[in-house]
Amino acid sequence: MSGDRGMGETGAARDRVGVDVRQVSLPADHPLAKLSLGAAAVGAVALVAAWALGGPRFYSSYLTAYLFFLTLALGGLVFVLLQFVTRAGWSVAVRRLAEHAMGTLPLFLVLFVPVLLGLGKLYSWAAPLAEAAEAGGEHGALTGSKAFWLQPGFFVARAAVYLVLWSALGWWLRRESIGQDRRPDPGVTRKLQIASAPGLVIFGVTVTLASFDWVMSLDPHWYSTIFGVYVFSGAVVGILALVVLLAVALERRRGPLAGIVTPEHYHDLGKLLFGFVVFWAYIGFSQFMLIWYGNLPEETVWYRHRFEDGWYPVSVAVAVGCFVVPFFFLLGRDVKRHRLTLSAAAIWLLVFHYVDIYWLVMPSALVAGPTPGFSPHWLDLLTLVAVGGLFAGALGRLMVGSALIPVADPRLAESLSFENM
Amino acid sequence: MTEARGAVERTPSWDGDRPAVWGALAEFDTPGALLHAAAEVRESGYERFDAHSPFPVHGIERAMRLKRSPVPWFVLVLGLGGAAAGMLLQWWVSTDAYPLVISGKPFFSWPAFVPIMFECGVLGGALGAVFGFLAMARLPRHHHPLFESSRFERMGDDAFFLSIEASDSMFDRQRTPALLSDLGARHVELVELIEPIEPIEPIEPEGAPAERDAAPQGGAA
Repeated sequence: MSGDRGMGETGAARDRVGVDVRQVSLPADHPLAKLSLGAAAVGAVALVAAWALGGPRFYSSYLTAYLFFLTLALGGLVFVLLQFVTRAGWSVAVRRLAEHAMGTLPLFLVLFVPVLLGLGKLYSWAAPLAEAAEAGGEHGALTGSKAFWLQPGFFVARAAVYLVLWSALGWWLRRESIGQDRRPDPGVTRKLQIASAPGLVIFGVTVTLASFDWVMSLDPHWYSTIFGVYVFSGAVVGILALVVLLAVALERRRGPLAGIVTPEHYHDLGKLLFGFVVFWAYIGFSQFMLIWYGNLPEETVWYRHRFEDGWYPVSVAVAVGCFVVPFFFLLGRDVKRHRLTLSAAAIWLLVFHYVDIYWLVMPSALVAGPTPGFSPHWLDLLTLVAVGGLFAGALGRLMVGSALIPVADPRLAESLSFENM
Repeated sequence: MTEARGAVERTPSWDGDRPAVWGALAEFDTPGALLHAAAEVRESGYERFDAHSPFPVHGIERAMRLKRSPVPWFVLVLGLGGAAAGMLLQWWVSTDAYPLVISGKPFFSWPAFVPIMFECGVLGGALGAVFGFLAMARLPRHHHPLFESSRFERMGDDAFFLSIEASDSMFDRQRTPALLSDLGARHVELVELIEPIEPIEPIEPEGAPAERDAAPQGGAA
């Protein structure tokens, strides 16, 4: 009898591979684990080299690389919070990957130090008065509440609050979830669900303010209230792409997640990826259109910096690469269900997420400097390798230490047998 | 004998003296049994059959080897068409039909037109989804031969049905119900066609119809 086909297919697939879900972990001698160790070493060397060799350009390059990987870790945090708040069943099989990504948040607490050291070089409002007058000729001094908000001391205190809150929240959520692996207790899931609701509020406020502080204040007179949402939407695209790539890397060729992560999970990750690609475009265009329509000089200046001096092609590349191409590519169902096509989309989106961050930071950071135009620099690449290597090292270390799926989550069985309609 | 021209495919198995039959209807106890039966029926070569359940049964499309729905293509084409039409309308209105200078911007200020283009695209896509689905499902339709079966009413409640249409080339008044009972159906019946789908040539009647064979009930093998 060939009965029960379909209904028990995922279960059957699991039996075929012979996976014991109680021991799904990354062996320390797995190529990925070794790779992450190597990446950490390379990253540390690259960071020292970039620091030693880089001039003033180091800080803007570093800030770009830092924000790129920080948004991945923050994306992990909000992804996990959302899964708990919505009591999602489908995502349990891939949730731990995002939990590991958010577990790297304390690393970014440490990696913020170079930004502090370069405060006066990165942000014109933090520069010594003489330099600021020279550099910010067209701006003039800050007044009123902006002058109050953008003071170095207050800035550092706020940054410490954001980073400590994120690190603590991410670390605690991950620790509780991993603790559940050893002491199976549905109460843990319940507790994390309850904690995730205020967690999301904390996330929303701090991410908005951090993107105002760290990115928007590069152009201190400019403001856009939607800016935090823009950074958030890019972060979610980033983490979804990263989770897809991690899942594919760990699932293919009978990896530890073989038979656990199925095309059904890829399909849903792909749908969310598609959704957030559209959401990102919606937010980005909303910001652009209102400023374009209002046509007020203090608002349009931000786009002027991105339409001139060689930045225009980059602006077009951001719109096409982050939205137009992935929108049409990810429309189809089969594209989302096959690991090859979905991981191609994920790699593409990660590359353009970096271009997006670069486009947010660089035009404003460089505008007052000697090379205001679009001028790619070897330090951009070196700092990317530096922060990326350290991020990959931390991620690998977290992944080797504990299970790759929440083995005692009450919804794990639901997730393993999950099927799209 | 009585092959109506052109309508052979849709002509129910009319045995001359027996009532026209729309098809066979089998009732199963569980979604699992329905899934199994659907796979086996498809395996046996039937193509014109359907599964009926109070709720979606996972894997049933695979078991029945259903082709992918063409509805997404309606959505894509009408969505893109709606977006294009929205943009074209605004372009025509603001450059040709009624050009107005608005805050000193060019007549064709496309960024201002994007929200309406987007909404028209959504409208087109939604209409494509609704009407594409209705067309593919051949709805609206006020009656279906299966409604003649009183047991079929429980389809919306707690029973799982599989129906095989008589227009399937494999259909046989004896063998088809027998197959369904072998597959574990709790109840099998032949659903009569009260009103033929297409008018059939009036070939009858001379004299009174012969006694009708009782429709096979519950496994007539």
